[in-house]
Amino acid sequence: MKIDASKPLEYSTEENSNKIFGFWVFLGAEIALFATLFTVYFVMVDRFASGPSGPDLFEIGPVMIETLLLLSSSFTIGLAVHAMRHGYQKAMMVFFGLTLLMGLGFLGIEIMEFVTYVHEGATLQTSGFLSSLFVLLGTHGAHVSFGFLWGAAILIQLKRQGITPATANKSFIFSLYWHFLDVVWIFIFSFVYLKGLM
Amino acid sequence: MDWDKFKVHGEPLIYGAMASIVLATIGIIVGLTYFKKWGYLWREWLTTVDHKRIGIMYILAALLMLFRGGVDAMMMKLQTAAPDMKFLDSQHYNEVFTTHGLIMILFMAMPFIIGLMNVIVPLQIGARDVAFPRLNAVSFWLFFFGAMLLNISFVIGGSPDAGWSAYFPLASIEFSPTVGNNYYSLALQISGIGTLLTGVNFIVTILKMRAPGMKLMKMPMFTWSVLITNVIIVFAFPVLTVALALMMFDRLFGSQFFTMANGGMDMLWANLFWVWGHPEVYIVVLPAFGIYSEIIATFSKKNLYGYTSMVFSMLIISLLSFLVWAHHFYTMGQGVMVNSFFSITTMAIAVPTGVKIFNWLFTLRKGRITFTTPMLYTLAFIPIFTIGGVTGVMLAMASADYQYHNTMFLVAHFHYVLIPGAVFAVIAGFHYWFPKVFGFRLNERLGKHAFWWIIISFNVAFFPLFILGLMGMTRRQYTYSADTGFGPLSMLSFVGAVGLMIGFVILVYNIYWSTRYEPRDTDGDPWDARTLEWATKSPIPAYNFAVVPTVKTRDAFWTSKMDKVPLFEDKITKIHMPSNTGKPFILGVIFFVAGFSLVFSLWIPAIISGVGILIVLAAMSFDRDHGFYIPVEEVIATEKKLRGETV
Repeated sequence: MKIDASKPLEYSTEENSNKIFGFWVFLGAEIALFATLFTVYFVMVDRFASGPSGPDLFEIGPVMIETLLLLSSSFTIGLAVHAMRHGYQKAMMVFFGLTLLMGLGFLGIEIMEFVTYVHEGATLQTSGFLSSLFVLLGTHGAHVSFGFLWGAAILIQLKRQGITPATANKSFIFSLYWHFLDVVWIFIFSFVYLKGLM
Repeated sequence: MDWDKFKVHGEPLIYGAMASIVLATIGIIVGLTYFKKWGYLWREWLTTVDHKRIGIMYILAALLMLFRGGVDAMMMKLQTAAPDMKFLDSQHYNEVFTTHGLIMILFMAMPFIIGLMNVIVPLQIGARDVAFPRLNAVSFWLFFFGAMLLNISFVIGGSPDAGWSAYFPLASIEFSPTVGNNYYSLALQISGIGTLLTGVNFIVTILKMRAPGMKLMKMPMFTWSVLITNVIIVFAFPVLTVALALMMFDRLFGSQFFTMANGGMDMLWANLFWVWGHPEVYIVVLPAFGIYSEIIATFSKKNLYGYTSMVFSMLIISLLSFLVWAHHFYTMGQGVMVNSFFSITTMAIAVPTGVKIFNWLFTLRKGRITFTTPMLYTLAFIPIFTIGGVTGVMLAMASADYQYHNTMFLVAHFHYVLIPGAVFAVIAGFHYWFPKVFGFRLNERLGKHAFWWIIISFNVAFFPLFILGLMGMTRRQYTYSADTGFGPLSMLSFVGAVGLMIGFVILVYNIYWSTRYEPRDTDGDPWDARTLEWATKSPIPAYNFAVVPTVKTRDAFWTSKMDKVPLFEDKITKIHMPSNTGKPFILGVIFFVAGFSLVFSLWIPAIISGVGILIVLAAMSFDRDHGFYIPVEEVIATEKKLRGETV
């Protein structure tokens, strides 16, 4: 394994830099995936049939907390990568752990939101609008859940192996993934919730 | 538990199929045990991460699926050969044309092309493997088990029966209550994820792992076509992923995406399906163009005419491929403006395609042409594909399309596009690259026999369908009365189908015959070809190139032969190789179990296998195996052996 010391650790081998580039390509596919889901949602948004519509359902409170948690977690994963570049393993792990905890908090509130919706009679089966809402939010939520498990696996490897070309690479790629989920959430927040509240 | 839904009733054909599947499985198990080949199978194939072996497995699976899809085709042709035939009932006919379409496009054409990509692209760019060898194995096993999931449907629970396009509301749980369309959504989903990962893998491989000196505009045309194809894959397949997921939610969990009430919208499916489905056509056709470009250049002994325009025409085709989807349903009421837009974009695709046709013709001009089997398929492709293209422009005219929408004319059109545009290409590529992989050529005399059978029978089988379509015969109709007058031409078409089958039998027999009797080739360049894959030995050593080649021109191998420029300048050093792993195979098995459980709404096994998938992924993440090195002495010994010298 040739290590190029002139590059950051996560890019230091050919394999590492290929993995990062490959993940960017994969994120391109993820953008196509979420773009399709948003399109489906915009097609369905007024087709609520006899069920509740967006303004009937949405409340800004919990959504604001979700947004704050996810945006802050994007900041802390940025700090984790910054610490990693300086070789501060402990700080890195603290920021990484904080990111995952905030992700978990986000998921908890989102699940509570879903439960509230269902109690108000808004289920996946109610209308085209609600089907598309649940699948769009659910796909994002499933990504966050997967991210939580993935991140936890990387955190364990960081603890065991320290900051190596391999773990640095994984952590960096994870940070790309996490930022991406944040970007998707910004679109959900703006075009699903804020627009839906109007 | 309700066991009835697992059963498929009443058809002697299906009982026959069940019996043959059981017998074949027992035969394989007994054979492997008797010859003590289980270990060999596991070590050398099921756990391999070598791009060449993965490519071979893709092609084997594709040939198997060609047989399955071909049997479907023969059953359809027999059923419609004469008026009022009683060979298949309407339900069975629906299942057969649905699986024929799905299998031929997704489990025959795609894997055949991905198989050739796997074998050839790393060699053409002078790389030792793809960028992510283990991911490549994951791709293969997801594709394979997705294909197997669809294939068991016709003996367990019933096959999908709403056409390969599965239009709603027909494909909804209300109108297709069997599990058939559950198989559709899950089998395609699993293999689709595999294809998406292939897309990512090959983009990185081609953009980042080319031999030193090989600028983008010095890449072989096949590699270019593969790069563009994989970009289409990465942007088109997520749309299929979403469409299939929504279909699954509608059918399994009662959501309202494509329903007729509660705000559902059936046309949403048609749009999503074709936003993926039309680019899919180019995913199979563009690599075919690449294969033909290589073959024409090699057997005309000329460099490819209009290299730059070839690249740009493919780029334009790939862009336009995303802008034409609504031409699949002009008659479904989206209005004049929309139809006009899609009419124009569709006709526009004929322009870059025409540029490519002329480039091939100009490459042939004044070339020293040798009529080998791959070249014959290529030469046959040009006029036949042009007929397909011209009838495509006819269909592209929205107002005229009202006359022949969903008739046999359409069926004839897309077979005239896809068979020369994909099937002839993979057969040509198979004959062309076969000696590279196995070290001997397929017999030319048998190859040409098969060629003439296939080409003539193809036209006999499909040209009558143009006329039948104009006479008013609709597609997917399982029988007709004698008064319609469809009988004679349908019979002619059946005769053509039998001829095609004979052609394919000769082709497969040729593989067997050549394996036994064809002389072995020792220099690795039997066709006097132009690109880097011919610069290494045949059969190809595990590490591909003992020394990474240095590229200075297009057709680098040809220049090195003509101008005596050395390709391999560096010294042999130890070579890093990835280790084999069984996890991708296990992942595929678990995906299969998960898919099967979801098809039958067995929630507990579905959840368990979902957890299983996460555990395997975690195990792959914790894996610290970074491969191994082949020492210099071993490389030198292998090279000597391949050159026929004694070690």
